[in-house]
Amino acid sequence: MPGLSIKNVTKNFGTVTAVKDVNLQFNTGEMICFLGPSGCGKTTLLRMIAGLDDPTSGAIRFEDQDLTGVPVHQRNIGMVFQSFALFPHLNVGENISYAMRIRGHSRSECEDRARQLLDMVHLPGLEDRKISQLSGGQRQRVAIARALALNPQVFLLDEPMSALDANLREVMQIELRKLQQELGITTVVVTHDQTEAMTMADQIVVMGKAQVLQTGTPMEIYKTPVDKFVAGFIGTSNLLPAKMSGPDGVHVNGVDLTVGGNTGHFSQGDDVLLMTRPEEVFVHHPSDMNVANSVTGTVTFVRDIGATIEILVDCAGHEVISVLTPKDWPDVKVGDQVHVEMPAAACSVLAV
Amino acid sequence: MQTSALSRYIGLIPSSVMIGAFFVIPFVLILLTSVSTPTDDGGYATSFDLQHFERFLTWFYIERALFSAGLCALIAVLSLLIAYPFTYFLTNFPPRTQTYWLIYILAQLSLSEVLIAFSWQILLSRTAGVANILVWIGVIEKSFAMTPSAGAVVAALVYLTVPFSVLLLFPALSRLDKSLIEASRTLGASPLRTFFTVVVPVTRPAIISGGVTVFVLTLGAIIVPQVLGKPEHWTLSVLITDQAIFNFNMPFASALAVVLLVLSATVIWLVTKFSGKKA
Repeated sequence: MPGLSIKNVTKNFGTVTAVKDVNLQFNTGEMICFLGPSGCGKTTLLRMIAGLDDPTSGAIRFEDQDLTGVPVHQRNIGMVFQSFALFPHLNVGENISYAMRIRGHSRSECEDRARQLLDMVHLPGLEDRKISQLSGGQRQRVAIARALALNPQVFLLDEPMSALDANLREVMQIELRKLQQELGITTVVVTHDQTEAMTMADQIVVMGKAQVLQTGTPMEIYKTPVDKFVAGFIGTSNLLPAKMSGPDGVHVNGVDLTVGGNTGHFSQGDDVLLMTRPEEVFVHHPSDMNVANSVTGTVTFVRDIGATIEILVDCAGHEVISVLTPKDWPDVKVGDQVHVEMPAAACSVLAV
Repeated sequence: MQTSALSRYIGLIPSSVMIGAFFVIPFVLILLTSVSTPTDDGGYATSFDLQHFERFLTWFYIERALFSAGLCALIAVLSLLIAYPFTYFLTNFPPRTQTYWLIYILAQLSLSEVLIAFSWQILLSRTAGVANILVWIGVIEKSFAMTPSAGAVVAALVYLTVPFSVLLLFPALSRLDKSLIEASRTLGASPLRTFFTVVVPVTRPAIISGGVTVFVLTLGAIIVPQVLGKPEHWTLSVLITDQAIFNFNMPFASALAVVLLVLSATVIWLVTKFSGKKA
């Protein structure tokens, strides 16, 4: 079912364009991550969905309702703020049932709902605590419970993990995703952390410079980034300058390589970037002859961290990273002239 | 350990000397004066005489004390009612605009109570006052003097204290986390509802301390009630001045001053006691 849709939305703050002509369409119940560096407009877009900012032009719809121009408090949304924004003058239970109290529900209804929500976020029995007595992780759970109190149509989270430490972040990413799937609620998360986006999202929207650069499932974006910015932002990528030598071949560092990925709109002679992911690139010992689809380079650094081994290779001035499992270890050392194999299936080309 | 404990107290010496010389000693002198006996030549002799406190315990002075407390409470409430919304809207303006307004309000504080009292007297007079504007626009037939009256006293005292209230409320309101307001809005509360369920409760400590400060400040006002009010609008402070300067009765003035001090201390104590519980 078509759920949240954003049509031609632009937002200007004075002379600065924060969001430029964004068009997005999602299904109800999907988890969407707006991913991008700071200042790319992702938070502004989220705030416009919430109604905290009004678009300069364009429309935001949910299912068959037009939300544009509807005041924040009349939209059925739940939002978790970066700072959590819990009310310091109310206790945990009162924070969670705030929305119900505003709508005139009785005290006992409010208390029942608060208990139920606290169970849901795994904080049973904390309703009488003061906000100042909670840890960061507990605050986040209370903020989530508060936002979900009225079963909103859309659940919005602005950098929800930024106030948590690294370990807790990973736990909460999984927990939030499970909760979202359980409730089947359309959810939008703003983040600058690609791991977070990859962990939780059904759809990732990569943003940069006020525009949407690419939309797709995490794997689509990881496997086929549209440009070098997206490639660099999602995971680590090796980029080598190359020239198209045929419909599925490139000329790079004096050798010809076969490209398995889409070479669609490029034609012979075009300058392109050959992109590979570190885990799909293999390094072979200098004595190995006849390594297909490979370039040569000099090992500059070896980082062995047990589970994986990372080899940095200098290929004619461009760094290529290879991440190998111990079983593929080619037994090389810094300074060795090695063959860097880039299997055709691992190669794709991007515009320079 | 001993030297560090000693050095910790050394820093307190200058301020202790200041407070002792300018606050404690004068207060002890007032206490002593309040229990001394007046002499026929207008002076007073040291003794332990409670007659002045007994004199306070007549209905006239008790009524004056209650009136003073009531008037000051009213001024504190009115002053906050005007200053709070103003300050709240001010904190939503760009920082530059806020600075200009704060400078302007600070400048208002440099006006003396005397100047303000006489300006209001002119403003509310029959010949040059606002009543003439009402005549001009045809609301009333004939100009009249709006002073002396209780309304004039209240208006001038509120005018006098609003800048204080703004400056006392400003830090709390400008520090208020705007995301609390946004969170309330996303949870279904209208802007007005949010103002009363989030903004006011979160800044309650500032409202209370602002109210107490204005209360105490007004308790000490002596010019405005005299210039703009009838004798029945005079506060304890006015009576103290009256006793000290015009009746040459220092012991009784001192006794009234002690009563005033006890009164304001009681109010502060009650307010902090009852507001501290829930906060």
